[in-house]
Amino acid sequence: MADFFSGFWSYFIGTVSILSIVVLIVFIAGFSGKGGSAPTGHIWDEDLQELNNPLPRWWLNLFYISLVFGAVYLVLYPGLGSFEGVLGWSQKKQYDEEIQAANNKFGPIFEKYLQQDLQDVIRNKDALIVGKRLFSTYCTTCHGSDARGARGFPNLADNDWLYGGAPETIKTTIMNGRHGIMPPWEGVIGNDNVMKVGEYVRGLSGQNVDTAMASAGKEVFSQFCIACHGADARGNQALGAPNLTDDIWLHGSSRQRIQETIAAGRQSLMPPHKEFLGEARIHLLAAYISSLSQAEK
Amino acid sequence: MLMRHEDIEKKMGLLIFLIIVTISIGGIVQIVPLFFMHSTTEPVTGLKPYSPLQLAGRDIYVREGCYVCHSQMIRPFRAETERYGHYSLAGEFVYDHPFQWGSKRTGPDLHRVGGRYSDEWHRVHLINPRDVVPESIMPGYPWLENTPVDNSDIQTRMRVLRKLGSPYSDDEIASATGSLEGKTEMDAMIAYLQVLGTAVKTRR
Repeated sequence: MADFFSGFWSYFIGTVSILSIVVLIVFIAGFSGKGGSAPTGHIWDEDLQELNNPLPRWWLNLFYISLVFGAVYLVLYPGLGSFEGVLGWSQKKQYDEEIQAANNKFGPIFEKYLQQDLQDVIRNKDALIVGKRLFSTYCTTCHGSDARGARGFPNLADNDWLYGGAPETIKTTIMNGRHGIMPPWEGVIGNDNVMKVGEYVRGLSGQNVDTAMASAGKEVFSQFCIACHGADARGNQALGAPNLTDDIWLHGSSRQRIQETIAAGRQSLMPPHKEFLGEARIHLLAAYISSLSQAEK
Repeated sequence: MLMRHEDIEKKMGLLIFLIIVTISIGGIVQIVPLFFMHSTTEPVTGLKPYSPLQLAGRDIYVREGCYVCHSQMIRPFRAETERYGHYSLAGEFVYDHPFQWGSKRTGPDLHRVGGRYSDEWHRVHLINPRDVVPESIMPGYPWLENTPVDNSDIQTRMRVLRKLGSPYSDDEIASATGSLEGKTEMDAMIAYLQVLGTAVKTRR
């Protein structure tokens, strides 16, 4: 802790601290109790006079107790420069002990679940309770406390998966993150075609469309969109390209939102959590998340 | 010396002088030595001074008073490091003038928010937090999206920070104004938030 540029500062702190305590003792002892109740000679309003009373005993004793407390503290704990204190306490040591105690207590539990197959963990109610806690701490900010997501942030409680819903795949997603890219198309196909293909895409999921526009859009779709979304528009989980024929829309299904998505593209980033959470916690999270969509079936 | 306090009380100048000496001791012994320690004055490995965009974002962070509700100081308690990541180190703040430690958490600590969420999340969340976190009580900051970053005095700000110890090169300062061209306050804010606490790797 005390990594001073020079040893001077350690002595400086020690000297000033000890000197302060000594000076306080000398002062308080010197000034208290002497002088009896002699008048100071100050008189107001004819007969109201100030006396030089000694300090109250209870107050004086409290003061001495706090001085003794201070001195004992400085012996036991770090405070006098580089002196580490008789107890050897440090903030970091206390933290490390706290972490060690928690690891000893919870480590075996996490380890036990980590060794189990995800399908077994999903059937274990206790494990799912732990998973839910972890989810509430680390995942709700984007995916919501009900795991149903928000616009731009996927619903994890349904059965629609951008990258696949197998428990192992979910685990991979949490571990390494995902980066879904819908490129911007306006510069490539022009605003006119964006509107046409947008209309066609709306029709795929059975929304009301302008049929002439939609059929014109079909051609554009088969030329530019099928590479990722597939000829049947059912998407591709290897690329994270969504199924366009269902009524689940990550970025909104309105005419305007769909056109925006096509024209300007979308960037969806799931940050990697391997380093931050570690595999054992992610194992439990993947089980919990899988359990949500299995309950939905 | 026993009854001499009367002398002190009657000489105003002496009284003021002695009061100043008395109340300075705490600061002299607790604060001054911190300016002469390696761990409080030297950057941690990998710490970089703020880029012009991050710096502009930091100034917006201060302007909007984010520090009133958000701290940037993870204390070494397990309850905090489990949620936020590695506890804060003094050497991570050497380029912060002034630091944004804050003293109150109405919202969560932000010291290691960098990289935790996507840029898009920050954008949506800053415009209207309830779009992603329905329970949130944070106000929205929709104007950031429509306001261009003020780049008129970024070079002055960087020169001042250089005097205070941020190692900006002349080239970095010269290109600062141009690098903010066309950027919104939202871009700057997100750039700042995404770099927070990333110098120290969060490990488990």
